[in-house]
Amino acid sequence: MALLEIRLHGRGGQGAVTSSQVLAIAAFKDGKYSQAFPNFGVERTGAPVESYVRIDEKPVTLRQHVYDPDCIIVLDSSLIDAVDVTKGLQKNGMVIVNTDKSANDLKKLKGFKVYTINITKIALDVIGKPFVNIAALGAFCALSRQVSLKALDRAIDELFASRGKAAIAELNKKAAKAVYEAAK
Amino acid sequence: MKKVIEASDAVAEAVKLCRVEVCPMYPITPSTHIPERISEFVANGEMNAQIIDVESEHSAASAFIGVVASGSRAFTATSSQGLALMYEILPIISGMRLPGVMAVANRALSAPINIWNDHSDAVSARDQGWIQLYAESSQESLDSIIQGYKISENKNVFMPLMVCFDGFSLTHVFEPVDIPEQKKVDSFLPKFKPLHWLDVKKPMSFGPIGFPDSFMHFKRQQQEAMENSINVIKKANSAFKKSFGRSYGSGLLDLYRMQDAEYAVVAMGTACGTARVAIDVLRKKGKKVGLARVRSLRPFPEKELQSAIKGIRAVAVIDRHISLGQEGPLFTDVRNAIYCNDIPINSYIAGLGGRDITVKHFEKVFTDLEKGKQKGEWLF
Repeated sequence: MALLEIRLHGRGGQGAVTSSQVLAIAAFKDGKYSQAFPNFGVERTGAPVESYVRIDEKPVTLRQHVYDPDCIIVLDSSLIDAVDVTKGLQKNGMVIVNTDKSANDLKKLKGFKVYTINITKIALDVIGKPFVNIAALGAFCALSRQVSLKALDRAIDELFASRGKAAIAELNKKAAKAVYEAAK
Repeated sequence: MKKVIEASDAVAEAVKLCRVEVCPMYPITPSTHIPERISEFVANGEMNAQIIDVESEHSAASAFIGVVASGSRAFTATSSQGLALMYEILPIISGMRLPGVMAVANRALSAPINIWNDHSDAVSARDQGWIQLYAESSQESLDSIIQGYKISENKNVFMPLMVCFDGFSLTHVFEPVDIPEQKKVDSFLPKFKPLHWLDVKKPMSFGPIGFPDSFMHFKRQQQEAMENSINVIKKANSAFKKSFGRSYGSGLLDLYRMQDAEYAVVAMGTACGTARVAIDVLRKKGKKVGLARVRSLRPFPEKELQSAIKGIRAVAVIDRHISLGQEGPLFTDVRNAIYCNDIPINSYIAGLGGRDITVKHFEKVFTDLEKGKQKGEWLF
């Protein structure tokens, strides 16, 4: 595989940065090299935030910002009207959007491979709270086939369970699997 | 054990593995995760060290003196204005010949206030008698801390050492890091053996007045210690390779695709990772380009650079700092080292205050060299 660049869009407090870290850990558990970093801004709750992941078969030495991502994950669909979420996205690039709308309804995303999934609903059903950041990675695993669900589970365990948050890890794994199944 | 962690975590792991005994620390962005993680280690009982919660960076550096003068291994971390506030103490630590390691998460100096990466903080402090190693990756940040104590505590050196690594571009980046086994680190890095220490039974003064008849001798000894450190850095780097399977160029200078290169870039820190990508792209197009990464700014690898540059047609130097009123300090050092080679050297100021340094920048720089454009500039 060639270098894969992913950009996550979320709102401050939604956990987009944690999400990128979990994805980088998962890719590494699948035997790949990875890199995750936030947009080093001054984040505020509710404000648009971005974080990035690079995945490759060889060590990632590239340190510049992500300008031409291959895949976009949008955790909050209201961001589509607030920021240019497809900026720099490769032709035929993949966009995963958390929304109750269909891809055809998202006119601004025309020309890209758009996948819509109501991740918030699944998170509310499974976790009982609208925690979508980790659940959304289930969709990435199913649609990109670059990271396995098993590796994602292990990454969630590593980041949450090791910090004494085993219960949260379990709920996130369940939600990610449900989103994975819905996206397949 | 290989794990995906950020460089701040990697540095904290290294501090734990080095069995540092006392850490006087004052948090400042972007170095803050280091004291946080070390505090967790100590609180969890994973690390047997004392943390001194000081009231400023000036006090952190001052307490560093007390710790090492009493014969213990010390560590501290800082960034930007935090390092500037330590400035008064930096030459005192080196002048008293107190070994130890400080991590500098490189960040621009204000004003205007800016929390992002450049090298203005550490490069400004290059004349204060601290060995300065600049890391390119999280792995190198960890490894340099371990090598750092080995170098600094060598009895022919006994000078303090800064491990400089880029703020945010490393401190907050998650990537795979191999955390060495404690047993291996223990055999690589023996317990700290001070030559002199504060002892009530054998009273002694550190750093008392040096009159005009002796002061210069102290300085000359420090300069000799720095010259000695060149070989010590090389040896620590090759011994590290034997123990852990990793090394960084010669320890002072790290060359990439330089063997048959016609044009070369000289730079420090994470920008070099991006330079490697640009070089690979250009090599595929038949361009003979390479990188000489300065890992050790002090001592400066003058002789090595001279031989690395042999046969090169033109050199570009990338500085993430400017000596206002003059030029990039790395450029000054490089030109000084290779002026006998009589080749064009271009100076580029880049990446100040977190401004991105990109593959395109390096492509432009190499094009400048190839076209014989003999003028440096600021890369925006």
